[in-house]
Amino acid sequence: MNILQRKKRNRKFKTREDVIFDTCNVIFMLVLSVIMLYPFLNQIALSLNAASDSVRGGIYLWPRQFTWNNYEYVFSQASIIQGIIVSVARTVVGTALGVLCTAMVAYAIAQEKFIFKKSITIIFIMTMYFNGGLIPTYLLMRDLQLIGTFWVYILPGLISAFNLIIMRSFIEGIPKSIFEQARIDGAGDFRVFFQIVLPLSLPVLATVSLFLAVGQWNQWFDVFLYNSSNASLTTLQYELMKVLQNTATSNADWNSALASGEHTDNSVTPKSIQATMTIVASLPIICVYPFLQKYFVKGMTLGAVK
Amino acid sequence: MQAHSKLNSASSEALHQEEKGLKPFLKKCKSQRALLLMTIPFVIWVLVFRYLPVWGWTMAFQDFKPARAFAEQEWVGLKHFIFLFQDERFLLVLRNTLAQSVINLILGFVTAIGLAVLINELANMKFKRVIQTISYLPHFLSWVVAAALVSSVLSMDGIINEILLALNLIDSKILFLGVGEYFWGILAASDVWKNVGWNTIIYLAAIAMIDQEQYEAAKIDGASRLQRIRYITIPGMKQVIVILLIMNIGYIIEAGFEAQYLLGNGQNMEYSENIDVFVINYGISMFNFSLATAAGIFKTVISLIFLIAANSFAKKMGQGGLY
Repeated sequence: MNILQRKKRNRKFKTREDVIFDTCNVIFMLVLSVIMLYPFLNQIALSLNAASDSVRGGIYLWPRQFTWNNYEYVFSQASIIQGIIVSVARTVVGTALGVLCTAMVAYAIAQEKFIFKKSITIIFIMTMYFNGGLIPTYLLMRDLQLIGTFWVYILPGLISAFNLIIMRSFIEGIPKSIFEQARIDGAGDFRVFFQIVLPLSLPVLATVSLFLAVGQWNQWFDVFLYNSSNASLTTLQYELMKVLQNTATSNADWNSALASGEHTDNSVTPKSIQATMTIVASLPIICVYPFLQKYFVKGMTLGAVK
Repeated sequence: MQAHSKLNSASSEALHQEEKGLKPFLKKCKSQRALLLMTIPFVIWVLVFRYLPVWGWTMAFQDFKPARAFAEQEWVGLKHFIFLFQDERFLLVLRNTLAQSVINLILGFVTAIGLAVLINELANMKFKRVIQTISYLPHFLSWVVAAALVSSVLSMDGIINEILLALNLIDSKILFLGVGEYFWGILAASDVWKNVGWNTIIYLAAIAMIDQEQYEAAKIDGASRLQRIRYITIPGMKQVIVILLIMNIGYIIEAGFEAQYLLGNGQNMEYSENIDVFVINYGISMFNFSLATAAGIFKTVISLIFLIAANSFAKKMGQGGLY
């Protein structure tokens, strides 16, 4: 109430300096939005424009010769369809398992009476400060026979110390009396966890799920490292990465081939494929994150304060 | 027989003495078995997946051959470390790591604080929310997508070349990613573009904690908008700024590898290759596991020194430290 009143009063007494400042600020924010969004919008326009026409340049925010050709081509590639399936699978499985395991450990180390509360917390937090490094980790995966399997995407990143701390802080904030009452009624820790703590922790579960899902969906390096020779375990990001690594050279080849009339079918070019895959690889996240803004802002603040 | 029973009683006596500490402990374990069941599997997990690889550091002191058993590996002492510091390529890599980190740190810091202050000054709540949502967007994109966008914007027929040409700032188009000298700048700009919005979250939270009465009082005293920012908003963020600065200095050597790896190419390698990319290039592409691990250990040790120093500094400054 107070703030609202103040806001109204402020608006009444706008000085000239205020007007200049606000105008400049709004203009700056609009320019910033353009910088943030342009690269992405440009790729949308390119992906919806006929590839043979895009070569001429001059595509900015709107397609000149509208077509779904690029999407049809991309979705007709077996490797990309496989990549989408594996990407979705790892995102769903990795997020569900990760959030459940993180919550379980977080619940245990949030209990005052737990005898290993301190030591387990330290064991996990220590992992924020060092890691074995690329090669030793690679050899461990080899020795555990995880290379060439789907589980190499899930198991190594099951619990992150950062997410664990966010969740622990949240669970510690739940009033103790709720647990006590359930325990007096004879509920064990598993029942308290599943029937009381999980439903009460939805905001933090949403935050951590978003972090995990984004991490899984965006990951490409573990595919490159462990499963690059296994076509059935490729992911969308990895396919895009391969296109990206080849585009610089293949664009030139393609153009010279076009010029010499070698390619009669010029319905797609590496550039248009790259643009289309970029959109396909990022659209799912872009459709989801704005709705979770309230949660992840809170989660970030909570995690940083602790 | 007698001896046996004697031994038995002696050992039970010893047990009895221990039981004073052990029995209540076991009893507690039993009563908390649900909590133990919830954590033990994951403690084993963290020990295997996070702690066990550290054992692999031994291979930096060997001429490691993957096919051989541990006992058959040939120990070579500090050979690989000595090689690294005599290798001109590694010295370039060190320079790149430091330069990239310092530039990213300073630029990332200043832009995030500046943007947070400006977002806070927006009066229209709806507009403010939209701007925040837009500024978070690049953070959620993968580095693969971000690299695709950056290289497209910077390509010969990209928008940057067209704008510079139209403004007559350049005479002919530039292949930006093909010029090594531009790489650090491109990297820092990409990093700011990707993360500046996300990094404002914490500063905006700090600004929200500032007592609104201070602004009112300053206004009555005739303080201008800029003066209010200078004397109320920025000092109000001071504590968070100091903590984050120390934390970031602790992580300074962790400049990441994705952007460097994905935007790097043969032409800009002299400026793009940092320690992490070096490890990938030597370890994965050339199978020189020992040398790559030595470089990795070097990085981890430096990073730990920075972190511990930053943390004890934070504690001395009365900021509580990070752990």
